[in-house]
Amino acid sequence: MGVGIQVTNLNAWYSTNHALLDINLPIPANQATALIGPSGCGKSTFVRCLNRMHETNPIARVTGSVRMGDIDIYEDVSPVEVRRRVGMVFQRPNPFPTMSIYDNVAAGLRLNGFRNRRILDEVVERSLKNAALWDEVKGDLKKKSGASLSGGQQQRLCIARALAVDPEVLLMDEPASALDPVSTAKIEDLIFQLKSQYTIVIVTHNMQQAARVAERTGFFLNGKLVEFDSTHKIFTNPGDKRTEDYITGRFG
Amino acid sequence: MTNHYKSSAANRIWRTVANHAATGLAVLSTILVVAPLIAIFIYLLYKGASSLNLAFFTQIPKPVGESGGGMANAMVGSGILLAVASSLGIPIGIAAGIFLAEFGRFSRLANAVRFTADVLNGVPSIVMGISVYSLIVLPLKHFSALSGGVALGIMMIPTITRTTEEMLLMVPHAVREAALALGVPNWRSVLSITLRTASPGVITGCMLAYARVAGETAPLLFTAFGNQFWSLNLNQPIAALPLQIYVYALSPYDEWHRLAWAGALVLIFLIVVSVSLVRYVTTRGVLKGAS
Repeated sequence: MGVGIQVTNLNAWYSTNHALLDINLPIPANQATALIGPSGCGKSTFVRCLNRMHETNPIARVTGSVRMGDIDIYEDVSPVEVRRRVGMVFQRPNPFPTMSIYDNVAAGLRLNGFRNRRILDEVVERSLKNAALWDEVKGDLKKKSGASLSGGQQQRLCIARALAVDPEVLLMDEPASALDPVSTAKIEDLIFQLKSQYTIVIVTHNMQQAARVAERTGFFLNGKLVEFDSTHKIFTNPGDKRTEDYITGRFG
Repeated sequence: MTNHYKSSAANRIWRTVANHAATGLAVLSTILVVAPLIAIFIYLLYKGASSLNLAFFTQIPKPVGESGGGMANAMVGSGILLAVASSLGIPIGIAAGIFLAEFGRFSRLANAVRFTADVLNGVPSIVMGISVYSLIVLPLKHFSALSGGVALGIMMIPTITRTTEEMLLMVPHAVREAALALGVPNWRSVLSITLRTASPGVITGCMLAYARVAGETAPLLFTAFGNQFWSLNLNQPIAALPLQIYVYALSPYDEWHRLAWAGALVLIFLIVVSVSLVRYVTTRGVLKGAS
Protein backbone atom coordinates (compact mmCIF):
# COMPACT_ATOMS: atom_id res chain seq x y z
CA MET A 1 0.00 0.00 0.00
CA GLY A 2 1.07 3.56 -0.56
CA VAL A 3 1.95 5.92 2.19
CA GLY A 4 1.40 9.66 2.57
CA ILE A 5 4.30 12.11 2.60
CA GLN A 6 4.54 15.32 4.58
CA VAL A 7 7.19 17.75 3.41
CA THR A 8 8.09 20.53 5.84
CA ASN A 9 10.41 23.50 5.24
CA LEU A 10 12.42 21.71 2.59
CA ASN A 11 15.37 23.67 1.22
CA ALA A 12 17.86 22.39 -1.33
CA TRP A 13 21.04 23.79 -2.81
CA TYR A 14 23.44 22.99 -5.63
CA SER A 15 26.61 24.47 -4.18
CA THR A 16 25.52 28.12 -3.66
CA ASN A 17 22.49 27.95 -5.93
CA HIS A 18 19.40 27.85 -3.72
CA ALA A 19 17.21 25.51 -5.80
CA LEU A 20 14.28 24.92 -3.43
CA LEU A 21 12.97 27.47 -0.94
CA ASP A 22 10.89 26.43 2.04
CA ILE A 23 8.68 23.86 0.38
CA ASN A 24 5.72 22.71 2.47
CA LEU A 25 3.55 20.09 0.87
CA PRO A 26 1.35 17.17 1.92
CA ILE A 27 1.30 14.32 -0.60
CA PRO A 28 -1.73 12.08 -0.01
CA ALA A 29 -1.41 8.28 -0.03
CA ASN A 30 -2.68 6.24 -2.98
CA GLN A 31 -3.20 9.21 -5.23
CA ALA A 32 -1.24 10.71 -8.08
CA THR A 33 0.20 14.13 -7.37
CA ALA A 34 1.44 16.12 -10.35
CA LEU A 35 4.14 18.77 -10.21
CA ILE A 36 4.17 21.32 -12.99
CA GLY A 37 6.21 24.40 -13.72
CA PRO A 38 8.67 25.84 -16.23
CA SER A 39 12.12 24.31 -16.80
CA GLY A 40 14.55 24.89 -13.97
CA CYS A 41 11.83 25.67 -11.42
CA GLY A 42 12.92 22.91 -9.03
CA LYS A 43 10.37 20.14 -9.73
CA SER A 44 12.99 17.52 -10.47
CA THR A 45 15.14 18.62 -7.55
CA PHE A 46 12.09 18.29 -5.36
CA VAL A 47 11.30 14.70 -6.31
CA ARG A 48 14.98 13.82 -6.00
CA CYS A 49 14.78 15.02 -2.40
CA LEU A 50 11.95 12.56 -1.76
CA ASN A 51 14.21 9.54 -2.31
CA ARG A 52 17.45 11.24 -1.27
CA MET A 53 18.91 11.02 -4.75
CA HIS A 54 19.61 14.75 -4.53
CA GLU A 55 22.49 14.09 -2.17
CA THR A 56 24.25 11.71 -4.60
CA ASN A 57 25.46 14.89 -6.28
CA PRO A 58 28.58 15.92 -4.33
CA ILE A 59 27.79 19.65 -4.50
CA ALA A 60 24.19 19.22 -3.34
CA ARG A 61 22.80 19.99 0.12
CA VAL A 62 19.38 19.76 1.69
CA THR A 63 17.63 20.82 4.93
CA GLY A 64 14.13 20.37 6.30
CA SER A 65 12.07 17.33 6.97
CA VAL A 66 10.29 14.77 4.83
CA ARG A 67 8.04 12.40 6.74
CA MET A 68 6.84 9.23 5.04
CA GLY A 69 4.18 7.64 7.18
CA ASP A 70 5.70 7.88 10.63
CA ILE A 71 9.38 8.04 9.71
CA ASP A 72 11.53 11.03 8.85
CA ILE A 73 13.51 9.90 5.82
CA TYR A 74 16.37 12.28 6.61
CA GLU A 75 16.60 11.42 10.30
CA ASP A 76 15.48 7.88 10.95
CA VAL A 77 16.81 5.80 8.04
CA SER A 78 19.73 5.47 5.63
CA PRO A 79 19.45 6.72 2.04
CA VAL A 80 19.64 3.13 0.81
CA GLU A 81 16.66 2.20 2.99
CA VAL A 82 14.68 5.22 1.73
CA ARG A 83 15.32 4.30 -1.90
CA ARG A 84 14.06 0.77 -1.35
CA ARG A 85 10.74 2.22 -0.21
CA VAL A 86 10.56 4.98 -2.80
CA GLY A 87 10.90 3.83 -6.41
CA MET A 88 11.90 6.20 -9.16
CA VAL A 89 11.35 6.36 -12.91
CA PHE A 90 13.57 8.77 -14.81
CA GLN A 91 12.96 11.04 -17.76
CA ARG A 92 14.95 8.92 -20.17
CA PRO A 93 14.54 5.15 -20.02
CA ASN A 94 17.67 3.76 -18.38
CA PRO A 95 17.60 -0.05 -18.40
CA PHE A 96 20.85 -1.80 -17.46
CA PRO A 97 22.28 -2.29 -20.95
CA THR A 98 24.13 -5.56 -20.37
CA MET A 99 21.24 -7.31 -18.62
CA SER A 100 18.37 -9.31 -20.06
CA ILE A 101 14.79 -8.17 -19.58
CA TYR A 102 14.41 -10.63 -16.73
CA ASP A 103 17.64 -9.55 -15.03
CA ASN A 104 16.67 -5.91 -15.32
CA VAL A 105 13.45 -6.47 -13.42
CA ALA A 106 15.09 -8.79 -10.90
CA ALA A 107 18.08 -6.47 -10.38
CA GLY A 108 16.74 -4.59 -7.38
CA LEU A 109 16.04 -7.78 -5.43
CA ARG A 110 19.14 -9.66 -6.57
CA LEU A 111 21.51 -6.82 -5.76
CA ASN A 112 20.11 -6.76 -2.28
CA GLY A 113 20.99 -10.41 -1.87
CA PHE A 114 17.69 -12.05 -2.75
CA ARG A 115 18.23 -15.40 -4.47
CA ASN A 116 15.08 -17.54 -4.31
CA ARG A 117 14.43 -18.45 -7.97
CA ARG A 118 10.76 -19.31 -7.65
CA ILE A 119 9.87 -16.08 -5.92
CA LEU A 120 12.05 -14.06 -8.32
CA ASP A 121 10.14 -15.61 -11.25
CA GLU A 122 6.86 -14.63 -9.65
CA VAL A 123 7.98 -11.09 -8.87
CA VAL A 124 9.32 -10.55 -12.39
CA GLU A 125 6.08 -11.78 -13.94
CA ARG A 126 3.89 -9.72 -11.61
CA SER A 127 5.97 -6.57 -12.08
CA LEU A 128 5.98 -6.86 -15.86
CA LYS A 129 2.22 -7.43 -15.82
CA ASN A 130 1.73 -4.41 -13.57
CA ALA A 131 3.82 -2.38 -15.99
CA ALA A 132 1.71 -3.65 -18.93
CA LEU A 133 4.77 -5.11 -20.63
CA TRP A 134 4.40 -8.83 -19.92
CA ASP A 135 2.52 -9.79 -23.10
CA GLU A 136 5.06 -8.05 -25.32
CA VAL A 137 8.19 -9.60 -23.80
CA LYS A 138 7.21 -12.90 -22.16
CA GLY A 139 8.74 -14.88 -25.07
CA ASP A 140 12.27 -13.52 -24.70
CA LEU A 141 12.66 -12.59 -21.07
CA LYS A 142 16.14 -14.06 -20.81
CA LYS A 143 17.15 -13.88 -24.45
CA LYS A 144 16.89 -10.18 -25.16
CA SER A 145 18.73 -7.26 -23.61
CA GLY A 146 16.69 -4.53 -21.98
CA ALA A 147 18.37 -2.11 -24.36
CA SER A 148 16.93 -3.91 -27.39
CA LEU A 149 13.35 -2.83 -26.61
CA SER A 150 11.71 0.28 -28.07
CA GLY A 151 11.82 3.51 -26.06
CA GLY A 152 8.28 3.11 -24.74
CA GLN A 153 8.90 -0.52 -23.80
CA GLN A 154 12.16 0.44 -22.11
CA GLN A 155 10.32 2.99 -19.99
CA ARG A 156 7.74 0.40 -18.95
CA LEU A 157 10.63 -1.98 -18.22
CA CYS A 158 12.06 0.69 -15.91
CA ILE A 159 8.67 0.99 -14.22
CA ALA A 160 8.56 -2.79 -13.77
CA ARG A 161 12.08 -2.67 -12.34
CA ALA A 162 11.01 -0.03 -9.84
CA LEU A 163 7.85 -1.97 -8.90
CA ALA A 164 9.74 -5.24 -8.37
CA VAL A 165 11.27 -4.05 -5.09
CA ASP A 166 7.75 -3.37 -3.83
CA PRO A 167 8.01 0.34 -2.99
CA GLU A 168 5.33 2.38 -1.25
CA VAL A 169 5.91 5.52 -3.29
CA LEU A 170 6.67 5.84 -7.00
CA LEU A 171 8.39 9.00 -8.22
CA MET A 172 8.17 9.71 -11.93
CA ASP A 173 10.34 12.46 -13.35
CA GLU A 174 8.76 13.32 -16.71
CA PRO A 175 8.33 9.64 -17.49
CA ALA A 176 6.73 10.18 -20.89
CA SER A 177 8.61 13.19 -22.22
CA ALA A 178 10.93 11.08 -24.38
CA LEU A 179 8.10 8.91 -25.74
CA ASP A 180 5.70 8.95 -28.68
CA PRO A 181 1.95 9.58 -28.10
CA VAL A 182 1.00 5.88 -28.11
CA SER A 183 3.61 4.99 -25.51
CA THR A 184 2.65 8.07 -23.51
CA ALA A 185 -0.98 6.94 -23.43
CA LYS A 186 0.16 3.52 -22.18
CA ILE A 187 2.21 5.09 -19.40
CA GLU A 188 -0.73 7.27 -18.37
CA ASP A 189 -3.09 4.27 -18.27
CA LEU A 190 -0.50 2.59 -16.13
CA ILE A 191 -0.33 5.48 -13.67
CA PHE A 192 -4.09 5.25 -13.36
CA GLN A 193 -3.93 1.59 -12.43
CA LEU A 194 -0.91 1.90 -10.15
CA LYS A 195 -2.55 4.57 -7.99
CA SER A 196 -4.53 1.96 -6.11
CA GLN A 197 -1.34 0.37 -4.80
CA TYR A 198 1.22 3.15 -4.70
CA THR A 199 1.51 6.82 -3.88
CA ILE A 200 2.59 8.46 -7.11
CA VAL A 201 4.39 11.75 -7.62
CA ILE A 202 4.76 12.72 -11.25
CA VAL A 203 6.73 15.64 -12.66
CA THR A 204 5.47 16.72 -16.04
CA HIS A 205 5.80 19.47 -18.60
CA ASN A 206 2.58 18.42 -20.17
CA MET A 207 -0.36 20.08 -18.45
CA GLN A 208 -2.96 17.88 -20.12
CA GLN A 209 -1.10 14.94 -18.70
CA ALA A 210 -1.26 16.40 -15.20
CA ALA A 211 -4.96 17.05 -15.65
CA ARG A 212 -5.56 13.48 -16.88
CA VAL A 213 -3.71 11.47 -14.28
CA ALA A 214 -3.44 13.47 -11.06
CA GLU A 215 -5.83 14.19 -8.22
CA ARG A 216 -3.68 17.00 -6.91
CA THR A 217 -1.30 19.36 -8.64
CA GLY A 218 1.47 21.61 -7.39
CA PHE A 219 2.83 24.54 -9.37
CA PHE A 220 6.51 25.36 -8.91
CA LEU A 221 8.18 28.59 -9.95
CA ASN A 222 11.77 29.69 -9.30
CA GLY A 223 12.28 27.12 -6.55
CA LYS A 224 9.08 27.97 -4.71
CA LEU A 225 5.81 26.11 -4.48
CA VAL A 226 3.36 28.74 -5.70
CA GLU A 227 0.17 26.79 -5.36
CA PHE A 228 -0.92 23.30 -4.37
CA ASP A 229 -4.50 22.20 -4.69
CA SER A 230 -6.83 19.72 -6.33
CA THR A 231 -6.02 19.35 -10.02
CA HIS A 232 -9.51 20.50 -10.91
CA LYS A 233 -9.10 23.73 -8.95
CA ILE A 234 -5.62 24.45 -10.36
CA PHE A 235 -6.76 24.10 -13.95
CA THR A 236 -10.16 25.77 -13.69
CA ASN A 237 -9.87 28.36 -10.96
CA PRO A 238 -6.29 28.86 -9.82
CA GLY A 239 -5.81 30.97 -6.73
CA ASP A 240 -2.61 32.63 -7.85
CA LYS A 241 -2.16 34.93 -10.83
CA ARG A 242 1.17 33.26 -11.74
CA THR A 243 -0.44 29.82 -11.88
CA GLU A 244 -3.11 31.15 -14.17
CA ASP A 245 -0.51 32.80 -16.42
CA TYR A 246 1.43 29.55 -16.65
CA ILE A 247 -1.45 27.22 -17.40
CA THR A 248 -2.88 29.59 -19.98
CA GLY A 249 0.48 29.65 -21.69
CA ARG A 250 1.46 33.23 -20.99
CA PHE A 251 4.95 32.18 -19.98
CA GLY A 252 7.08 29.10 -19.44
CA MET B 1 17.82 32.40 -55.11
CA THR B 2 16.13 29.56 -56.98
CA ASN B 3 19.48 28.01 -57.83
CA HIS B 4 20.74 28.32 -54.33
CA TYR B 5 21.06 24.58 -53.76
CA LYS B 6 22.46 23.76 -57.18
CA SER B 7 26.20 23.55 -57.65
CA SER B 8 28.25 24.16 -60.74
CA ALA B 9 29.85 21.36 -62.73
CA ALA B 10 33.32 22.38 -61.59
CA ASN B 11 32.15 22.24 -58.02
CA ARG B 12 30.81 18.73 -58.44
CA ILE B 13 33.99 17.46 -60.06
CA TRP B 14 36.07 18.99 -57.27
CA ARG B 15 33.90 17.27 -54.68
CA THR B 16 34.24 13.90 -56.42
CA VAL B 17 38.01 14.27 -56.60
CA ALA B 18 38.28 15.31 -52.95
CA ASN B 19 36.05 12.43 -51.90
CA HIS B 20 38.13 9.83 -53.75
CA ALA B 21 41.37 11.36 -52.50
CA ALA B 22 40.24 11.17 -48.87
CA THR B 23 39.03 7.58 -49.27
CA GLY B 24 42.27 6.64 -51.00
CA LEU B 25 44.36 8.12 -48.18
CA ALA B 26 42.34 6.22 -45.56
CA VAL B 27 42.76 2.92 -47.42
CA LEU B 28 46.48 3.56 -47.86
CA SER B 29 46.91 4.25 -44.14
CA THR B 30 45.05 1.05 -43.28
CA ILE B 31 47.38 -0.95 -45.51
CA LEU B 32 50.41 0.71 -43.91
CA VAL B 33 49.13 -0.26 -40.46
CA VAL B 34 48.33 -3.86 -41.31
CA ALA B 35 51.29 -4.56 -43.60
CA PRO B 36 54.02 -4.85 -40.93
CA LEU B 37 51.91 -7.28 -38.90
CA ILE B 38 51.29 -9.50 -41.89
CA ALA B 39 54.94 -9.24 -42.93
CA ILE B 40 56.07 -10.37 -39.47
CA PHE B 41 53.67 -13.29 -39.53
CA ILE B 42 54.77 -14.44 -42.97
CA TYR B 43 58.44 -14.09 -42.10
CA LEU B 44 58.00 -16.03 -38.86
CA LEU B 45 56.13 -18.78 -40.68
CA TYR B 46 58.82 -18.92 -43.35
CA LYS B 47 61.70 -19.04 -40.85
CA GLY B 48 60.13 -20.96 -38.02
CA ALA B 49 57.50 -23.36 -39.31
CA SER B 50 60.06 -25.83 -40.66
CA SER B 51 61.57 -26.33 -37.18
CA LEU B 52 58.24 -27.07 -35.55
CA ASN B 53 57.76 -30.71 -34.74
CA LEU B 54 56.42 -32.78 -31.90
CA ALA B 55 59.76 -32.65 -30.07
CA PHE B 56 59.63 -28.86 -30.02
CA PHE B 57 56.46 -29.01 -27.93
CA THR B 58 57.39 -31.99 -25.74
CA GLN B 59 61.14 -31.81 -25.06
CA ILE B 60 63.38 -29.52 -23.09
CA PRO B 61 66.48 -27.95 -24.68
CA LYS B 62 69.33 -30.31 -25.50
CA PRO B 63 72.84 -29.50 -24.25
CA VAL B 64 75.17 -27.63 -26.60
CA GLY B 65 76.37 -29.85 -29.39
CA GLU B 66 73.44 -32.22 -29.38
CA SER B 67 70.84 -31.89 -32.09
CA GLY B 68 67.07 -31.57 -31.57
CA GLY B 69 65.32 -30.65 -28.37
CA GLY B 70 62.38 -28.29 -27.80
CA MET B 71 60.96 -25.50 -25.70
CA ALA B 72 58.34 -27.34 -23.69
CA ASN B 73 59.73 -26.05 -20.40
CA ALA B 74 59.80 -22.47 -21.74
CA MET B 75 56.16 -22.65 -22.83
CA VAL B 76 55.07 -23.96 -19.46
CA GLY B 77 57.34 -21.42 -17.76
CA SER B 78 55.81 -18.55 -19.70
CA GLY B 79 52.39 -19.85 -18.72
CA ILE B 80 53.34 -19.87 -15.02
CA LEU B 81 54.93 -16.42 -15.19
CA LEU B 82 51.87 -14.98 -16.91
CA ALA B 83 49.57 -16.65 -14.40
CA VAL B 84 51.49 -15.06 -11.51
CA ALA B 85 51.60 -11.71 -13.32
CA SER B 86 47.88 -11.77 -14.12
CA SER B 87 46.80 -12.78 -10.64
CA LEU B 88 48.81 -9.84 -9.30
CA GLY B 89 48.28 -7.22 -12.02
CA ILE B 90 44.63 -7.72 -12.95
CA PRO B 91 43.02 -7.41 -9.48
CA ILE B 92 45.26 -4.51 -8.41
CA GLY B 93 44.86 -2.78 -11.76
CA ILE B 94 41.07 -3.09 -11.82
CA ALA B 95 40.71 -2.09 -8.18
CA ALA B 96 42.84 1.01 -8.73
CA GLY B 97 40.81 1.86 -11.83
CA ILE B 98 37.60 1.56 -9.82
CA PHE B 99 39.04 3.88 -7.18
CA LEU B 100 39.99 6.48 -9.80
CA ALA B 101 36.64 6.45 -11.57
CA GLU B 102 34.14 5.82 -8.80
CA PHE B 103 35.40 6.70 -5.34
CA GLY B 104 38.26 9.17 -5.47
CA ARG B 105 37.63 10.76 -8.84
CA PHE B 106 38.49 14.33 -7.88
CA SER B 107 40.70 13.64 -4.88
CA ARG B 108 44.36 14.54 -4.66
CA LEU B 109 45.26 10.90 -4.14
CA ALA B 110 43.54 10.03 -7.42
CA ASN B 111 45.58 12.63 -9.29
CA ALA B 112 48.73 11.22 -7.75
CA VAL B 113 47.72 7.67 -8.71
CA ARG B 114 46.94 8.74 -12.29
CA PHE B 115 50.29 10.47 -12.61
CA THR B 116 52.13 7.49 -11.13
CA ALA B 117 50.37 5.08 -13.45
CA ASP B 118 51.25 7.15 -16.50
CA VAL B 119 54.89 7.40 -15.45
CA LEU B 120 55.00 3.69 -14.61
CA ASN B 121 53.69 2.98 -18.09
CA GLY B 122 56.69 4.78 -19.52
CA VAL B 123 59.33 3.13 -17.33
CA PRO B 124 61.62 1.00 -19.54
CA SER B 125 61.04 -2.68 -18.92
CA ILE B 126 64.70 -3.29 -18.12
CA VAL B 127 64.39 -0.82 -15.25
CA MET B 128 61.41 -2.80 -13.98
CA GLY B 129 63.60 -5.92 -14.05
CA ILE B 130 66.35 -4.25 -12.05
CA SER B 131 63.88 -2.86 -9.51
CA VAL B 132 62.30 -6.23 -8.86
CA TYR B 133 65.78 -7.75 -8.74
CA SER B 134 66.70 -5.49 -5.84
CA LEU B 135 63.26 -5.82 -4.21
CA ILE B 136 62.80 -9.58 -4.33
CA VAL B 137 65.76 -11.41 -5.83
CA LEU B 138 68.44 -9.83 -3.60
CA PRO B 139 66.62 -10.36 -0.27
CA LEU B 140 65.78 -13.98 -1.18
CA LYS B 141 69.30 -14.48 -2.61
CA HIS B 142 68.14 -16.42 -5.70
CA PHE B 143 66.37 -15.92 -9.01
CA SER B 144 62.82 -17.19 -9.07
CA ALA B 145 59.67 -17.58 -11.14
CA LEU B 146 57.89 -15.57 -8.47
CA SER B 147 60.07 -12.51 -8.96
CA GLY B 148 59.65 -12.74 -12.75
CA GLY B 149 55.88 -12.92 -12.34
CA VAL B 150 55.92 -9.93 -10.01
CA ALA B 151 57.95 -7.87 -12.49
CA LEU B 152 55.52 -8.66 -15.29
CA GLY B 153 52.54 -8.10 -12.98
CA ILE B 154 53.72 -4.62 -12.01
CA MET B 155 54.09 -3.81 -15.69
CA MET B 156 50.47 -4.82 -16.29
CA ILE B 157 49.04 -2.54 -13.60
CA PRO B 158 49.19 0.91 -15.21
CA THR B 159 47.59 -0.16 -18.49
CA ILE B 160 44.79 -1.98 -16.72
CA THR B 161 44.23 0.85 -14.24
CA ARG B 162 43.92 3.52 -16.87
CA THR B 163 41.71 1.52 -19.24
CA THR B 164 39.45 0.44 -16.37
CA GLU B 165 39.07 4.07 -15.33
CA GLU B 166 38.31 5.22 -18.89
CA MET B 167 35.79 2.43 -19.44
CA LEU B 168 33.99 3.07 -16.14
CA LEU B 169 33.73 6.77 -16.94
CA MET B 170 32.07 5.85 -20.23
CA VAL B 171 29.19 4.15 -18.42
CA PRO B 172 26.27 6.61 -18.59
CA HIS B 173 25.42 8.44 -15.38
CA ALA B 174 21.79 7.35 -15.85
CA VAL B 175 22.79 3.71 -15.34
CA ARG B 176 24.43 4.49 -11.98
CA GLU B 177 21.37 6.52 -10.92
CA ALA B 178 19.07 3.67 -11.88
CA ALA B 179 20.95 1.32 -9.57
CA LEU B 180 21.12 3.77 -6.66
CA ALA B 181 17.42 4.61 -7.00
CA LEU B 182 16.62 0.92 -6.57
CA GLY B 183 18.08 1.06 -3.08
CA VAL B 184 21.32 -0.67 -4.01
CA PRO B 185 24.31 0.32 -1.86
CA ASN B 186 26.94 2.27 -3.78
CA TRP B 187 29.68 -0.36 -3.56
CA ARG B 188 27.30 -3.01 -4.84
CA SER B 189 26.17 -0.79 -7.68
CA VAL B 190 29.79 -0.12 -8.68
CA LEU B 191 30.70 -3.82 -8.75
CA SER B 192 27.53 -5.36 -10.13
CA ILE B 193 26.26 -2.62 -12.43
CA THR B 194 28.94 -0.13 -13.45
CA LEU B 195 31.85 -2.57 -13.69
CA ARG B 196 29.66 -5.14 -15.38
CA THR B 197 28.46 -2.62 -17.95
CA ALA B 198 32.06 -1.60 -18.61
CA SER B 199 33.41 -5.16 -18.61
CA PRO B 200 34.04 -5.57 -22.38
CA GLY B 201 36.37 -2.57 -22.32
CA VAL B 202 37.98 -3.59 -19.04
CA ILE B 203 38.68 -7.06 -20.45
CA THR B 204 40.23 -5.50 -23.55
CA GLY B 205 42.53 -3.50 -21.27
CA CYS B 206 43.57 -6.64 -19.40
CA MET B 207 44.25 -8.49 -22.65
CA LEU B 208 46.30 -5.57 -23.93
CA ALA B 209 48.44 -5.62 -20.80
CA TYR B 210 48.69 -9.41 -20.90
CA ALA B 211 49.76 -9.53 -24.53
CA ARG B 212 52.31 -6.81 -23.91
CA VAL B 213 54.07 -8.50 -21.01
CA ALA B 214 53.80 -11.97 -22.58
CA GLY B 215 56.55 -10.98 -24.98
CA GLU B 216 58.75 -9.11 -22.50
CA THR B 217 62.33 -10.29 -22.15
CA ALA B 218 64.13 -7.54 -20.29
CA PRO B 219 62.27 -7.73 -16.95
CA LEU B 220 62.90 -11.48 -16.82
CA LEU B 221 66.69 -11.31 -17.32
CA PHE B 222 67.41 -10.55 -13.67
CA THR B 223 64.34 -12.20 -12.17
CA ALA B 224 63.09 -15.43 -13.75
CA PHE B 225 66.60 -15.80 -15.21
CA GLY B 226 65.77 -18.77 -17.45
CA ASN B 227 66.26 -22.47 -16.91
CA GLN B 228 67.45 -25.27 -19.20
CA PHE B 229 65.48 -27.85 -17.26
CA TRP B 230 61.96 -28.58 -16.13
CA SER B 231 60.83 -26.49 -13.21
CA LEU B 232 57.38 -25.76 -11.88
CA ASN B 233 58.70 -24.30 -8.65
CA LEU B 234 57.86 -20.65 -8.03
CA ASN B 235 60.96 -20.39 -5.87
CA GLN B 236 63.39 -21.53 -8.59
CA PRO B 237 64.58 -19.89 -11.80
CA ILE B 238 62.21 -20.72 -14.62
CA ALA B 239 62.38 -20.77 -18.40
CA ALA B 240 60.27 -18.43 -20.52
CA LEU B 241 59.74 -18.28 -24.26
CA PRO B 242 61.07 -14.73 -24.76
CA LEU B 243 64.16 -15.54 -22.68
CA GLN B 244 64.78 -18.77 -24.57
CA ILE B 245 64.40 -16.96 -27.88
CA TYR B 246 66.83 -14.31 -26.68
CA VAL B 247 69.45 -16.86 -25.64
CA TYR B 248 69.09 -18.98 -28.77
CA ALA B 249 69.07 -16.03 -31.13
CA LEU B 250 72.33 -14.73 -29.66
CA SER B 251 74.04 -18.15 -29.89
CA PRO B 252 76.50 -19.02 -32.68
CA TYR B 253 74.64 -22.21 -33.72
CA ASP B 254 72.44 -22.37 -36.80
CA GLU B 255 70.10 -24.91 -35.27
CA TRP B 256 69.48 -22.71 -32.25
CA HIS B 257 68.70 -19.84 -34.59
CA ARG B 258 66.07 -21.98 -36.25
CA LEU B 259 64.66 -22.96 -32.87
CA ALA B 260 64.52 -19.30 -31.87
CA TRP B 261 62.43 -18.54 -34.96
CA ALA B 262 60.14 -21.42 -34.13
CA GLY B 263 59.88 -20.14 -30.55
CA ALA B 264 58.93 -16.67 -31.77
CA LEU B 265 56.24 -18.15 -33.99
CA VAL B 266 54.85 -20.21 -31.10
CA LEU B 267 54.93 -17.19 -28.75
CA ILE B 268 52.88 -15.04 -31.10
CA PHE B 269 50.54 -17.92 -31.82
CA LEU B 270 49.97 -18.58 -28.09
CA ILE B 271 49.27 -14.89 -27.42
CA VAL B 272 46.73 -14.77 -30.24
CA VAL B 273 45.09 -18.00 -29.06
CA SER B 274 44.85 -16.98 -25.40
CA VAL B 275 43.48 -13.52 -26.20
CA SER B 276 40.92 -14.99 -28.63
CA LEU B 277 39.93 -17.58 -26.06
CA VAL B 278 39.27 -14.94 -23.41
CA ARG B 279 37.32 -12.89 -25.95
CA TYR B 280 35.24 -15.91 -26.88
CA VAL B 281 34.49 -16.94 -23.30
CA THR B 282 33.61 -13.43 -22.15
CA THR B 283 31.37 -12.57 -25.11
CA ARG B 284 29.52 -15.87 -25.20
CA GLY B 285 26.83 -14.72 -22.78
CA VAL B 286 26.15 -11.39 -24.51
CA LEU B 287 22.46 -10.93 -25.26
CA LYS B 288 20.62 -9.93 -28.36
CA GLY B 289 20.60 -6.17 -28.68
CA ALA B 290 22.96 -5.52 -25.79
CA SER B 291 25.04 -2.43 -26.30
